[in-house]
Amino acid sequence: MTARAGGAELRLMNTFHLGNGAGFSGDRVDAPIPVLRSLIARGGPSAMFFETLGERTVALAHLEKRANPARGYEPMLERLLDPILVDAHAHRIPLLGNWGAANPPAAALAVARLALAKGLPDLRIGLVEGDDVTPLVAGGQLPVHEADAGLDMGAWSLIAANAYIGAEPLVEALAQGADVVVAGRTSDPALAIAPLAHHFGWRFDDWERLALGAATGHLLECGSQVTGGVFWDPGFKDIPDPANIGFPIAEVTEGGGLVITKPEGTGGIVDLRTVKEQLLYELHDPAHYITPDVVLDITQCRLEQVGPDRVAVHGLRGAPRPDTLKVTASFEGSWLGEGEVSVAGPNALARARATADVLLERMKRRGLDVRARVDLIGVASVHDDDGGSLWRGYNGPEPQDIRIRLAVEARTRDDADQAAREVLAMLCCGTAGTGGARWRVTPRILTRSHLVLRERVPTRVTTLTARDMAAREIAA
Amino acid sequence: MKEVALHALAHSRAGDKGNRLNMSLIPYDPAHYELIAAQVTEARVLDLFRHRGATHCTRHDLPNLHAFNFVVEEVLEGGVNGSLNLDGHGKTHSFRLLELTIRLPA
Repeated sequence: MTARAGGAELRLMNTFHLGNGAGFSGDRVDAPIPVLRSLIARGGPSAMFFETLGERTVALAHLEKRANPARGYEPMLERLLDPILVDAHAHRIPLLGNWGAANPPAAALAVARLALAKGLPDLRIGLVEGDDVTPLVAGGQLPVHEADAGLDMGAWSLIAANAYIGAEPLVEALAQGADVVVAGRTSDPALAIAPLAHHFGWRFDDWERLALGAATGHLLECGSQVTGGVFWDPGFKDIPDPANIGFPIAEVTEGGGLVITKPEGTGGIVDLRTVKEQLLYELHDPAHYITPDVVLDITQCRLEQVGPDRVAVHGLRGAPRPDTLKVTASFEGSWLGEGEVSVAGPNALARARATADVLLERMKRRGLDVRARVDLIGVASVHDDDGGSLWRGYNGPEPQDIRIRLAVEARTRDDADQAAREVLAMLCCGTAGTGGARWRVTPRILTRSHLVLRERVPTRVTTLTARDMAAREIAA
Repeated sequence: MKEVALHALAHSRAGDKGNRLNMSLIPYDPAHYELIAAQVTEARVLDLFRHRGATHCTRHDLPNLHAFNFVVEEVLEGGVNGSLNLDGHGKTHSFRLLELTIRLPA
């Protein structure tokens, strides 16, 4: 690139800036603000996307919608949009998200009401529907994904089933002039592919370009995970200002260039280490990363640090997309009962082990129909197995502060509750110096993957102004 | 021959899909790629997770990136929806991998 003004201007013309504002439901709600500010300062065409869905999130949203038909979408939707909606609209920066979760129409209405409250009645909202394929799974019409073969749901009842749809309906919404796109279960990378495909006019059989978009989405979809989040390891991998990590921005050029960076004045870091960790995150065979839009191959990928907090990604390859879409079906499952107490100080390890053994003995004496596990937090827990082989075999230095955790799976809520309350009873019946009891019972959700032919999942796109969207929903 | 913790030579991130775990392994210094390739074998990594019922480990080598990707099967005790473990996603396992030791040539 030349240093002359004409060259810089040309580069700006041909570069699309894509920011990410959330990597999961529960992400930092103030993260989108500096990303939008940076996109505005850069000028030129840009968009932001928000990835807020996981398998469990969708199932929980469906349960919420059952209880209240006006809910079942991303609970932080309004909080995420409130500080950025006016500026994004003023600068024509589209905002895309799968924040519709189980109820995209309700989310679209929430966006419409927020826009009206902000004095933006002409803001256009693109509603994408069609990912809910519950009737197909309920009717036993979809084969189970090979990874879940043999997974028997028995008598558990189906909550819902959603197909991972691709970028095409999102592009349609942008083509209809949507300022905010509200979708449900899109694939994560589709949220990045769509604004790029819309801007550059990519065809949906241009596998090389779509691979560039899928990699952009994969690197950005977890928010701060490519800019220093879940990366820093004090003394080994340090990052600046971890309380203010900047969420990522991708610079994508018409010629296929991709640079990962972040907003100026934020914390975190973008270097070869952060990009490598995120490139391989939740990836299995690096030659076949399957998305609904393209199969991405990163085996020839090379990375290059091209400036401070700037990493270029080269050598991405794509292969044709599969004929089928993945479906996640969720089922109401068993109950999880959990209880915790603490011991600390002299002889803590012996008291913790005794507590663990007594709790397991109590499950048997009470005749509770549960599968039980005990962790000794501070000795061994997350790396351990259900039998506790690591804490039982522990012979290291004497720990001074241990939390004993009982977890059970039960078929009934009552059994889970009774098991968890046995931990509470240890406050009086337990070892000397037992304290700090907490317990709770939560419903479990089971999921199973299916496959569906893509032509069986027709999508609908409706783009209306906030004024019309609010009126339509009220009329309905 | 000197033994060092893998944590001193490389970094890692773990992720899940159902009951399957993947962990990247990335040497800080690309010069250590061959050393790690020779010593952090599929069998050694599988051994780290046998107590949890892991059945199989595959290592994908990415020489262009100077990185490895390990995929371990049946290790998450049912995964995020089935496990009684506090960390049903298995995100903490990257640091179990980094507990391995590496022999450095004298």
